[in-house]
Amino acid sequence: MRTLALSFRYLWARPLAAALNLLLLSLGLASITLMLLVSEQIDRAFQRDLAGIDLVVGAKGSPMQLILAGVFHIDVPPGNIALAEVKVLQQDPRVAKLIPLSLGDSFRGFRLVGTTADYLHHYRATLAQGALWRAPMQTVLGAGVASATGLKVGEHFVGAHGLGGGGHAHDDEAFVVSGVLAPCQCVLDRLILTATESVWQVHEQAPAQGEPEQRAKQAGREITMALIQYASPLAAVTLPRHVNSATSMQAAAPAVEVTRLLRMVGVGTDVLRGFALVLLLTAGLSVFIALWNALRERRADLAMLRMLGASPGKLARLLVCEALWLALLAAALGLASGHLMTALVGLMLQSERSLPVSGWLTVAAELWIPLVAVLVAVFAALIPAVGAYRVDAGELLDAR
Amino acid sequence: MIFSRALQFRYADGPELRFDDVALPQGDVLLLRGASGSGKSTWLALAAGLRRPSAGQLTVAGQDMAQLPAAACDAWRARTIGLLPQKLHLSDALSVADNLALAYFAAGLPRDPGAIEAALAALGVAQLARRKPWQLSGGQSQRVALARAVLLAPKVLLADEPTASLDDDSARDALTLLQETARRCGASLVMATHDARVLAALPQAQTLQIRAESRGQPAPTELVA
Repeated sequence: MRTLALSFRYLWARPLAAALNLLLLSLGLASITLMLLVSEQIDRAFQRDLAGIDLVVGAKGSPMQLILAGVFHIDVPPGNIALAEVKVLQQDPRVAKLIPLSLGDSFRGFRLVGTTADYLHHYRATLAQGALWRAPMQTVLGAGVASATGLKVGEHFVGAHGLGGGGHAHDDEAFVVSGVLAPCQCVLDRLILTATESVWQVHEQAPAQGEPEQRAKQAGREITMALIQYASPLAAVTLPRHVNSATSMQAAAPAVEVTRLLRMVGVGTDVLRGFALVLLLTAGLSVFIALWNALRERRADLAMLRMLGASPGKLARLLVCEALWLALLAAALGLASGHLMTALVGLMLQSERSLPVSGWLTVAAELWIPLVAVLVAVFAALIPAVGAYRVDAGELLDAR
Repeated sequence: MIFSRALQFRYADGPELRFDDVALPQGDVLLLRGASGSGKSTWLALAAGLRRPSAGQLTVAGQDMAQLPAAACDAWRARTIGLLPQKLHLSDALSVADNLALAYFAAGLPRDPGAIEAALAALGVAQLARRKPWQLSGGQSQRVALARAVLLAPKVLLADEPTASLDDDSARDALTLLQETARRCGASLVMATHDARVLAALPQAQTLQIRAESRGQPAPTELVA
């Protein structure tokens, strides 16, 4: 019988203790897996959604709110800004690209965003079906929206006022789906895109009568915010200050705000990491106690092996192998349940139309999980193994 | 054969034990006699290479124990010594057959299921191979432990109080079994016993009287007990 097989038998000779230790160690490893997966995906989502957006311009208020609303679409915008001012900004030589966004309506919790085709090009989104909007009230659905609502190209739907869903429905203004985007793993997956004019049309209830009235209406037109790409890095120095001081608008740099946000959220992930470590430490301790008890319970068994001619090293190896079995089983279980827990978190976030988190991807850092498990187990086995090394078979003959 | 001269053993913090000389031809029977705690188990541990003599000479199965390096001692014991301790130490985690297989594991040899079966059959307990030790009676357990002790055909069979707590019939059976088993593998048989029945049943056996060297301290075996 080889050491591995024998240690496995000894491990399961006490099934309850083995199962409890396995559970404890798995839980520690699962929470580390969960932490790795979620923080990695949030980081990735941030990076993807932020890519190429240097500045967000919107109404005065909290810059963080502006970024959360404008880039990630997980907060309400601070207010609207005048289209005229944005047009001036667009002419500014420091601005390479300006994407207007108009928020205000939603469909079943998914935001309707009035914008231009630039927004899609920015995220390199491609159409899976249908075509881009050619007229107001035509919409392009993000992949996530299409799968969640079941809407297909050519179908009509009615938007609700407000971003949360369940607001007053614009019964008289039905949107039509002109296209569906391929999944881009970015914020567009969760949005319904349409022309900026659609949003105006929905919210300007009375049809414009005559030329002057039309112009007046146009003069008062607003959008919610604008995403800006700098023409040169130098613009980062002057443009935000210019917007903040010379206009009624506010400029917020996503990079700055996200760093601030991650620093705040970072405390949370640090706490989570701390908990996972404490859990792991507890698990390690319990494995240690289990092995120590096993050593005491099986002192006679081990001494008997010495009597049969096993070297002390062989006994130590036997105990370490037992710990290794625990570690490997726990690593497999921990990884599996970590992914399951992440998927669960993803489901919860999905129902809130928040950040996309999936349990079905792997990150390189997970390779550390089995290693950590083995380290914890071997470390826990160290002292008992030394104890096994020192088992005195002579004692066995003495004991009456 | 077993040969000893001026053999002594000193416990780290205990008394020194002196043993009378022994010269036992291969295949003969030696009885270690003496009261509890007089040092019979210590003599067995010395013969098995589990403890080192502090002085004197001890040769077991042609091996001078003083010349045997500590690292080689375990392998030597696996090949040469069969031990039947008073507490049988069958592992409850394993089946009877697997308990026997531990001898192969300890010796670093591949498992030989045929030999395990034969060893159990020779002692009349082949049908118990799949049982767990806690399911066995005292007599069955002893047979299984004996089967394990002689599985690798040792040259010396050491038994510690094999008849203690057995009734007369069982004691006679156990002694017959031990002698037969030792004879079958040509092993010398050494029994530590304070049981008068053993002496009566084996009048031809050599005896070694072991006296505790009392120096105002109790023998360490009594400390353990």
